Amino acid sequence: MSSASPPMPDALSVRAHQFENVEQQHEASWLGMWVFLATEVMFFGGMFTGYAFYRSGYPGAFAAGSNRLDVLLGAINTAVLIASSFTMALAVHAAQQGRRRAIVNCLLLTMLLGTVFLGIKSYEYYEKFVEHLVPGWNFSFEAPFERTAEIFFSFYFAMTGMHALHMIIGIVLLAVIALKARRGRFSAEYYTPVELSGLYWHFVDLVWIFLFPLLYLVGRHL
Amino acid sequence: MNGLPREHYLNVDYGIRSWLFTTDHKRIAWLYLLSVTVFFFFGGIFATLIRIELLTPQGDLVQAETYNKFFTMHGVTMVFFFLIPATPAVLGNFLVPMMIGARDLAFPRLNLASWYIFVIGGLFTLAAAAAGGVDTGWTFYTPYSSIYSNTHVALTVVGIFITGFSSILTGLNFIVTIHKMRAPGLTWFRLPLFIWAIYATSIIFILGTPVIAITLLLVGLERLFGLGIFDPARGGDPVLFQHLFWFYSHPAVYIMILPAMGVESELIAAFARKRVFGYEFVAFSSLAIAVIGFLVWGHHMFVAGQSVHAGLIFSLLSFLVAIPSAIKVFNWTATLHRGAISYDAPMLYALGFIGLFTIGGLTGLFLASVGVDVHVHDTYFIIAHFHYIMVGGSIMAYLGGIHFWWPKMTGRIYPEPVARVAALIVFLGFNLTFFPQFVLGYLGMPRRYHAYPPEFQVLNVMSSAGASILAVGYLLPLLYLIWSLRYGRVAGANPWGARGLEWQTPSPPPTHNFDTIPLVTDAAYAYDKEPEEVYEFGKSSHA
Repeated sequence: MSSASPPMPDALSVRAHQFENVEQQHEASWLGMWVFLATEVMFFGGMFTGYAFYRSGYPGAFAAGSNRLDVLLGAINTAVLIASSFTMALAVHAAQQGRRRAIVNCLLLTMLLGTVFLGIKSYEYYEKFVEHLVPGWNFSFEAPFERTAEIFFSFYFAMTGMHALHMIIGIVLLAVIALKARRGRFSAEYYTPVELSGLYWHFVDLVWIFLFPLLYLVGRHL
Repeated sequence: MNGLPREHYLNVDYGIRSWLFTTDHKRIAWLYLLSVTVFFFFGGIFATLIRIELLTPQGDLVQAETYNKFFTMHGVTMVFFFLIPATPAVLGNFLVPMMIGARDLAFPRLNLASWYIFVIGGLFTLAAAAAGGVDTGWTFYTPYSSIYSNTHVALTVVGIFITGFSSILTGLNFIVTIHKMRAPGLTWFRLPLFIWAIYATSIIFILGTPVIAITLLLVGLERLFGLGIFDPARGGDPVLFQHLFWFYSHPAVYIMILPAMGVESELIAAFARKRVFGYEFVAFSSLAIAVIGFLVWGHHMFVAGQSVHAGLIFSLLSFLVAIPSAIKVFNWTATLHRGAISYDAPMLYALGFIGLFTIGGLTGLFLASVGVDVHVHDTYFIIAHFHYIMVGGSIMAYLGGIHFWWPKMTGRIYPEPVARVAALIVFLGFNLTFFPQFVLGYLGMPRRYHAYPPEFQVLNVMSSAGASILAVGYLLPLLYLIWSLRYGRVAGANPWGARGLEWQTPSPPPTHNFDTIPLVTDAAYAYDKEPEEVYEFGKSSHA
């Protein structure tokens, strides 16, 4: 930062009263988001633990259940999410350079990709409903896994459902950030909210990177 | 005529809106104080009903089903809506920014949101109680909770799920605040031990609470939508639920006791007028308890079907927790040695804490030994053990802390003689209530029954008599603390002559705590030096 130019007015007005300076505020927000992501790891961790426990107990049922998932749609969704992480990173990059228009466009693109993901996911849920694979609703599965495959699909819906909920929250969050960016609330000196929503978005993508192989690929031996 | 500061955080603004939309951590502490007090007496009503039923061997007050709801509502309310939030959310909220010389927590709006989340979760649980209650016990063991119980499990579970986010966000706020907002010169090893304890508690909040959240969510989904994760009929394993439940709920015990230990260190130092003996050991023992506390949950499941090897390892790890706990007890005792001790009400609670926590902790060692645990599992021995920790430990320290910082919170001091009497009543009533339960449990009286064989009656009558004395001990502070709000003597900035940044600002403090952010040059508990000058409004200190 050049010492000649005074700090941007944006950077001054964003400091909340409890902080000494903008830098302290940035560090606090940044740490806060990482601590929050740690809680998210534990939240999903509970389900991953349950998954690991039952998969070791019922490997056959998990493989058979996994074979009923649509790998192609899952793979497309994986690509969609990785692409959305890329556009999210571009949004943060644009924010660092203070390019308001580019921030908004990249965020809109990220939200669009997120919505595509949710659309494909909804179609998959619909397929499962038609195929009588929704636990507790209309579940039926061929022998010998007619009972235990229901556990696999319980995890499938709980884990992907919780992930989808996080995606929806993420899209709403990005909408708010995009609106703020459009109104010029961010600058090259102050773009913490863009950066932190990016962290959240990447985290949610990363959860999917674990869910995809664990749910879609365990049954397949290529 | 009135020695209070002209403007402070309580009179800076009036009206209900100024409270419901406040972001001042001190006012939010009051919001929590009011709500947890309501929950404390609500949970206390069920404790009273339990003790009345147990006066006689027959089930003459209520049927077994109603009794099940009584102890469930008692446990759920006391654990999730009183003990877990009480010390962190009331005293922690009020004190963390003041003790580290900050104007507020790092995220004041998030702090207010945490309180609203807490209240919404509480309303769900109260709604469940009003609709007819819940009968699973506070542990919600599956498959009873997920399939068979005909009571309002889902509503209660949703309430606890929501409240969990209040804990998570409070812990997050404390961690960031303690890392990033300390006053200049306030290094980690100059921090008051209360801050270390709150920091360790916050680690459990953020790493443990999400696990109970997802676990209870799965139970709720199983109940509402028929998911089959814990359902034995579909190959699900109820013991997995117990693992996930206790992964949080055992550390939750340390959420209740660690902040109490933090309060204890402050009280002992202030009333023995000495630096806490072995400061670093006491500080690190808090972190050690938080870490080891995550590795002992299996001792709740010695007879639940977990493997013998797992039982042995959990037994060993449970013994390990005794080491940092014992370090604290020994160091507090060593602090008393050759101290200039005064026996004001907060100190009476603090001394009571040391004794009662020691009894609770040592009986915990009995339970950590697999062989003894098999004998006393699910008896009144367990009840007595954890009430010694939670009531004898946590609530004693909480009350001691409330008395100690009451002058700071209100600017007025409570009536000392009646407060000392109340502290003694609590101590006597507590022991009379719960010590007989050790004996009952050892003789074989199981928990969770509304009726019992006649030979247990004498001990049960003693326990119920003690409970009525304890109730008086809890009602007295409620009355005289409210009385002191108006009629109490004006306390001044530092009525105890205590050290610590919170005593260097007027009572009640200004909204932003300090006129100028203090510069810290000394470690906590500098009782060998003169107290720091009080920061006055408009005057700059630290010349």
